[in-house]
Amino acid sequence: MSDLQSQDYVRRSATTMTPPMARSHEDQVAKLIDVSRCIGCKACQSACMEWNDLRPEIGHFEGSYENPADLGPSVWTLMKFAEHENEQGNLEWLIRKDGCMHCEDPGCLKACPAPGAIVQYANGIVDFISDKCIGCGYCVKGCPFNIPRISKQDHKSYKCTLCSDRVAVGLEPACVKACPTGAIMFGSKADMQHQAKERIVELKSRGFDNAGLYDPQEVGGTHVMYVLHHADRPSLYSGLPDKPRISATVDLWKGFIKPLGLAGIALAALAGFFHWISAGPNEVTEEDEAEGERVLREGEEKVS
Amino acid sequence: MTNTWQDIKNANVVVVMGGNAAEAHPCGFKWVIEAKIENGAKLVVVDPRFTRTAAVADYYAPIRPGTDIAFLNGVIHYLLEKDAIQHEYVRAYTNASLIVKEGFDFQDGLFSGYNEEKHSYDKSSWDYELDKDGYAQSDDTWQNPRCVINLLKQHVSRYTPEMVSRICGTPQDKFLHVCELFASTAAPDKAMTSLFALGWTQHSVGSQNIRNMAMVQLLLGNIGVAGGGMNALRGHSNIQGLTDVGLLSNLLPGYMNLPVDKETSLDEYMRTKQFKPLRPGQTSYWQNYRKFFVSLQKALWGDAASKDNDWAYDWLPKLDVPLYDVIKAFEMMDQGQMGGYICQGFNPLQAFPDRGKIRRSLSKLKFLVTMDPLDTETSRFWQDFGPQNPAKSAEIQTEVFQLPTTCFAEENGSLVNSARWLQWHWKAADAPGDAKSDIWIMTGLFQRLRELYRKEGGAFPDPVLGLTWKYTDPHEPDPEELAKEMNGRALTDLVDPATNTVATKAGTLLDAFAQLRDDGSTSSGCWIFTGCFTEKGNQMARRDATDPREQGIAPNWAWAWPANRRILYNRASADPDGKPWNPAKPVISWNGSKWVGVDVPDYGPTVKPSDGVGPFIMNAEGMGRLFARDMMGDGPFPEHYEPLESPVENVLHPKVSSNPVARVFPNDRASFGSPKNFPYVATTYRLTEHFHYWTKHALINAVLQPEEFIEIGEALAKEKGIEQGGWVKVSSKRGEVICKAYVTKRIKPMTVDGKPTHVIGVPIHWGFTGQARKGYGANTLTPSVGDANTQTPEFKAFLVNVERTAAPAA
Repeated sequence: MSDLQSQDYVRRSATTMTPPMARSHEDQVAKLIDVSRCIGCKACQSACMEWNDLRPEIGHFEGSYENPADLGPSVWTLMKFAEHENEQGNLEWLIRKDGCMHCEDPGCLKACPAPGAIVQYANGIVDFISDKCIGCGYCVKGCPFNIPRISKQDHKSYKCTLCSDRVAVGLEPACVKACPTGAIMFGSKADMQHQAKERIVELKSRGFDNAGLYDPQEVGGTHVMYVLHHADRPSLYSGLPDKPRISATVDLWKGFIKPLGLAGIALAALAGFFHWISAGPNEVTEEDEAEGERVLREGEEKVS
Repeated sequence: MTNTWQDIKNANVVVVMGGNAAEAHPCGFKWVIEAKIENGAKLVVVDPRFTRTAAVADYYAPIRPGTDIAFLNGVIHYLLEKDAIQHEYVRAYTNASLIVKEGFDFQDGLFSGYNEEKHSYDKSSWDYELDKDGYAQSDDTWQNPRCVINLLKQHVSRYTPEMVSRICGTPQDKFLHVCELFASTAAPDKAMTSLFALGWTQHSVGSQNIRNMAMVQLLLGNIGVAGGGMNALRGHSNIQGLTDVGLLSNLLPGYMNLPVDKETSLDEYMRTKQFKPLRPGQTSYWQNYRKFFVSLQKALWGDAASKDNDWAYDWLPKLDVPLYDVIKAFEMMDQGQMGGYICQGFNPLQAFPDRGKIRRSLSKLKFLVTMDPLDTETSRFWQDFGPQNPAKSAEIQTEVFQLPTTCFAEENGSLVNSARWLQWHWKAADAPGDAKSDIWIMTGLFQRLRELYRKEGGAFPDPVLGLTWKYTDPHEPDPEELAKEMNGRALTDLVDPATNTVATKAGTLLDAFAQLRDDGSTSSGCWIFTGCFTEKGNQMARRDATDPREQGIAPNWAWAWPANRRILYNRASADPDGKPWNPAKPVISWNGSKWVGVDVPDYGPTVKPSDGVGPFIMNAEGMGRLFARDMMGDGPFPEHYEPLESPVENVLHPKVSSNPVARVFPNDRASFGSPKNFPYVATTYRLTEHFHYWTKHALINAVLQPEEFIEIGEALAKEKGIEQGGWVKVSSKRGEVICKAYVTKRIKPMTVDGKPTHVIGVPIHWGFTGQARKGYGANTLTPSVGDANTQTPEFKAFLVNVERTAAPAA
């Protein structure tokens, strides 16, 4: 989806080619979502659909305000609503905008076997380059936040781009612009961390002793961060991982790539590619999963 | 709103009760967030459901639908008991010390003067004791038991915390905590803002709900100050403009009254309009009524309105009944007394109570004209859409003319927002297909009707033939021309009597309504709008956001009525000597020779504080009214009455359980349900994802909330075997809705008079046209009951039953 160019890359999937790092002088960006001032209005969802020209199908009521029911190839961000009864017996309605976290250490990129299908820019945005995507679904497996979704139409993986096209020309992401209460902010990561600090002081003054910033170091920090009233229990917010981890299989996959070098990558990519040719591009089927596991097992054996 | 959206940021406490600002006004709600973050404000939500607003609130208290007056009278009881009122403000600026007439009384749920046959009051005893000069008597020591404050104390004495909890189902500790938060703003330099909407208006006691909070605000000294006020968040774009220009059956533009039958002459009409001051030296601004009225007549009929014919007074229609509101209109249709209906920008089949009655009534019309940018349900009432609109087309003889209109983005014009700002907007796109502006359509109708009158005469052609119509294009007047007509101009040279020189030349657009005259030398289509379009240009088109003191006034952004004043009653922001109560957020103050500040004074600009003129200059006594005199249909003090459909009887006065003067037609009374068959309280509301019945026509909004559902608490769902997302049948005496259930922790049973009471939430948005999935519509269930003052239907509290049901056949 990117409008940026290769000189912006700091990382590309499935390749050891060193990116040119021509833009490494750029500030790292971040989106800060202050859940304590979010009213769940879905203006962000609407703006995301408008800007990216996405129109998911009209669904059904499924027992929640969450609509559509899940993230999808045409649903890159989704408001999640959790009804939580606190220790005092009072209700809290915890509303969180879900979507790609743009990890500093992106599990999707690590897992991706298609060269250059997932890239990370100097500004920190992790982007999917669709025409290089082979639809294998490893990014889905690699993501600790369960974000990417494979399209049934074109068998490619999609997720929030952090509006890399807008950011590239100095605009804020569409969701940030649309948010009526200023719950979604955007700027340099340092500025956003500073903003978060002020918000946390204010929340603590209102009795949220555990207010804090969600910028999980397990994935090297993220370029989408949350201010949470209960930072000690992120999972209260519709299952935001308390400690997000890239799955062990992905780490192993990376572990064997490096010693084996390019040949291994080419083989893996080819395996994926031939699978795609022979079985047809599908969403991640059990077959794909099994195939992935097999490749990884082989790698594991070779490494050991 | 007495204040503005931006001004909310100045509040110390924000109370959202009778509304759900985050849900229904998400953009304006940013100022509540601003108040919290920048001003350390506490947000308090009182609502039957834990709403989106409650999700970001500091404190939430539940309340049974339709019991707000019990709650608020309980608050007043608390404030008076704890003496947590702003004394100086209450003494100087409210009618607390005025003495009420002997004869005014309240017994067993009824105020003095009730006529049981007519379901109405003779209000002659609801007034002050006057002295020989006609001024209201007062006792500044508050010793006289007939002082307003003492009668109020006595009136609210029944509303103890125990009683509040018994009626409202609000736990006592939560009620008392809310009281404490309110009371914290009795300090002169603290303010609370009240944000409300249809959660208060849509009750048989709607106007009294709002009055009740206004009384709380007066006692706390929170009216007229920055961060205070009574702030009605309007539910429709330009609905404020609708009321401003008098599009109600009993009003003229600028909140003047349409004459009634018995007012056979202008003098007779004026007799009740020019309020004589009730205190010596008081400004009573409505004394200028005649100037506004004559200027309106000149705008309507030009030269044909002259002194000789009493400014064409006889050409105005005269009401034979108090009013023809929509409930009345549909009753008349149903009775076969109204044969044609022009429905402009309105979708009554979705919006009005008792949908079955609406469909039946429309079916009895000879013709129906709809004017709307969208393909509304009302336009299609005759078509069979299955159970969601089971019309028998073959049996319906109504001829329907569906006229597509432009929407706001396809025309120039102005919209009035909740904060009374007239904001000009510019056309952004051409209208699709055959859509035409409302102006073009209405002009076409008028020209043809006038032609018929010209040719055929008729019983009384004069008002139509005499109407002034001097537009550049007589077939589609330009919005700017219409705006200038609303603003008004000098018709002859206006001479300043002080200097005997021409102050304003003939033809000049006027700057202020103070220039209007009752001698026919000025015209103005809506006096409160005078100043919006002057010789300096279109003031509504101004976009200068400069904000002195950053208090949210921004006087050069658009234009606010009246007189570009942003905070009404702002004289009350300063103490009797003219010093701001809150020096950190002054609005206006007395500098020794005149009133100065960030806003336009709501007061004579050079009237000295020592003159003792009360700040509420639209009231004849110049004071905020804790006792409403005869201005309300259902009592000078608010009293708790149960909704017309209620699960319990009124524990205060079982014999007068519901509002004795609520608007109910005898036929509709037969369609009220009892708690025996319909044991649960239902309430209707909006969701953020949709705007009424419009946005279901837009794909993105339909994706965000695709399908009709109701909300039900976990306890009741368990009792009734209802599953999350499962199908239910919700029924009232008037109809049934089959839809999905949202089983939620956000609605909890309340204990009312010792019994558990369950609430069912019914979002309103679904119908059978547009992109979202077909739905029955909440008004299938709602009763045809109107508020005693505004006739607004009681959509917020009625009775239903709920049962688990099978999924409908696909």
